[in-house]
Amino acid sequence: MDANTNFILAAEGLTVSFDGFKAVDDLNIYIEKGEVRAVIGPNGAGKTTVLDLISGRTRASAGRVTFKDHELIGLREHEIVRLGVGRKFQTPSVYESLTVEENLVMSYPRGRTVFGAWLFKQGKEVLDKVNETAESIHLHDKLQDRAETLSHGEKQWLEIGMLLIQDPELMMLDEPVAGMSVAERERTAELINRISHGRALLVVEHDMEFVKRIAHRVTVLHQGKWLAEGKMETVQADPRVIEVYLGH
Amino acid sequence: MSEQAANTAADIPAPPTEEGGVAQVLDVIKGKGPDVTGRRREMRNFLILAAILLVVFPLTLGTFRLNLVGKYLTYAFVALGLVVCWGRAGILSLGQGVFFGLGGYCMAMFLKLEASDPISTKIQSTPGIPDFMDWNQLTALPKFWLPFKSLFFTMVAIPAVPAVLALIIGTAMFKRRVGGVYFAIITQAIAAILSILIIGQQGYTGGVNGITDLKTLHGWDIQSDHAKHILYFINAFLLLGALVLSKRMLASKLGRLLLAMRDKEERVRFSGYDVANLKTFSFVYAAVLAAVGGAMFTLQVGFMSPSFVGIVPSIEMVISAAVGGRDSLMGAVYGTLVVNFGKTFFSERFPQLWLFLIGALFIAVVMVFPNGLAGMHLRDLRARLARLKQRLSAGGGGAAGTQAAGPGLSPAAQERTS
Repeated sequence: MDANTNFILAAEGLTVSFDGFKAVDDLNIYIEKGEVRAVIGPNGAGKTTVLDLISGRTRASAGRVTFKDHELIGLREHEIVRLGVGRKFQTPSVYESLTVEENLVMSYPRGRTVFGAWLFKQGKEVLDKVNETAESIHLHDKLQDRAETLSHGEKQWLEIGMLLIQDPELMMLDEPVAGMSVAERERTAELINRISHGRALLVVEHDMEFVKRIAHRVTVLHQGKWLAEGKMETVQADPRVIEVYLGH
Repeated sequence: MSEQAANTAADIPAPPTEEGGVAQVLDVIKGKGPDVTGRRREMRNFLILAAILLVVFPLTLGTFRLNLVGKYLTYAFVALGLVVCWGRAGILSLGQGVFFGLGGYCMAMFLKLEASDPISTKIQSTPGIPDFMDWNQLTALPKFWLPFKSLFFTMVAIPAVPAVLALIIGTAMFKRRVGGVYFAIITQAIAAILSILIIGQQGYTGGVNGITDLKTLHGWDIQSDHAKHILYFINAFLLLGALVLSKRMLASKLGRLLLAMRDKEERVRFSGYDVANLKTFSFVYAAVLAAVGGAMFTLQVGFMSPSFVGIVPSIEMVISAAVGGRDSLMGAVYGTLVVNFGKTFFSERFPQLWLFLIGALFIAVVMVFPNGLAGMHLRDLRARLARLKQRLSAGGGGAAGTQAAGPGLSPAAQERTS
């Protein structure tokens, strides 16, 4: 499709139903290169399910997802990751018993096959990249700490770093500031603005202030359906959105 | 502060200098735990194990007992595989007997063909085929037996046949995300199927008796005392080699990935790794080790039978690994030795009780030392003892009972402080 050329990700007619309940219903989302897109909506709107569908964790009942020139529907999770789509989970998911450094090395995108991993050598190039990543996620002085000793916010950053080290062209973050202090939210917003250069971000978030600070555009979902889309100010003023957020 | 309270307090932290000789022994048993304090200690533990296997046992045991230990050590291959597959990657297989058996049967088929030359089998109605085939009215060697006339083919088949089977099972299960208890049950079912198949196809496999009367390997008498010694050493070297290889594998990024996969499977998947391949690999790795053990078993014991294939032997192998500590490669070797020494000792004296005893041993290990011998810390023992002592002294005070048993609250201590 010609129109696709500017989009890094195009999801069209995306639908999934669980036992007849349509968690996501005929959804279209187009994300441009370099764009930071937030997906908001009340609980149960299907935000996380959208990420699950794009990342291959849940199989779509209908619709298609095109990333660059690749159809993602039908691919398995690791194949989608290898194409350049990174995903962070809602609750921080890091290797607790490993150090920060080891967590990052494990995520370094080389030695991904069984024997590749067996023979993987942790050379200077890898360590440089690890250091660089650790610096950008504010964990540079904690490289040798075990991940389980980190605070909740630091774990979130570490997981972002684990995506960052793979240099994905599209990063999907599920509630990156959930459970963070105000100061940590500030730093996360700054971090996201910094890492968004040269890549697209798809962020699911509840915190409106935070969304305002990072998102170029916002998509509002309601009961699995597309409700509104546009700049944060426009969307916030939309009566349908106000109805959904305040009406019930 | 009372003396007794001070003593109890000093007991719990257990400063390392105080531990002395006992700690050394425990360290040996411990092998590589999650809290390794460096390569030197690992090296020392490895050398101690090598010395026990290569020097102590051969010098102190007669041929019969040494051969017995050699037999135990073939199970240690299985236990090593289980440490990788179960301890590290979190995949419990209750069917390792299948791979042990396949390795053993491949070896046995070669040896049996060598033992069935036309001259020594001339009284059979069809000379030149294994005796059990003749008894079962077979008149020609089945096709799948033919390649086992070649020693080279046999050497390839011993690891390859189990590897291919494990690859098929692993791919079929793990790509479909079958895991955990379901996987364990399926492997157990496969163990049952294979042993029933072997018993049922008597003419092709020797049935319930197995393949017996194995005498020579390329003309070399494997039943002489001298041969038994040599086979023991070959087995010990292979085992130590397998230990080093596994240690290296677990120390590599691959080993860390297996651990990461056990704890955070989803994260590993979303870091771009094919989790199914990692799982299949660890299952195949364990299968190949088990097969090598099986082949060495056949060589040292002189026969192979379905009683090493089915459910019970498969579970005994898992128990050995659990007793030794499923996280520790060296623990697995010691665990196998302990369980099998125990088995021989008890089954010689109380044959009926053995199964109950091994069950009790397993329960005891899981409840008291969930990490097996290798995870046993002197500190835990001391803490346990201290608690017991406290409870006893509190109980001695009469009505106070266990509830009042706080630190230093024993009657004697109270007397002295007041």
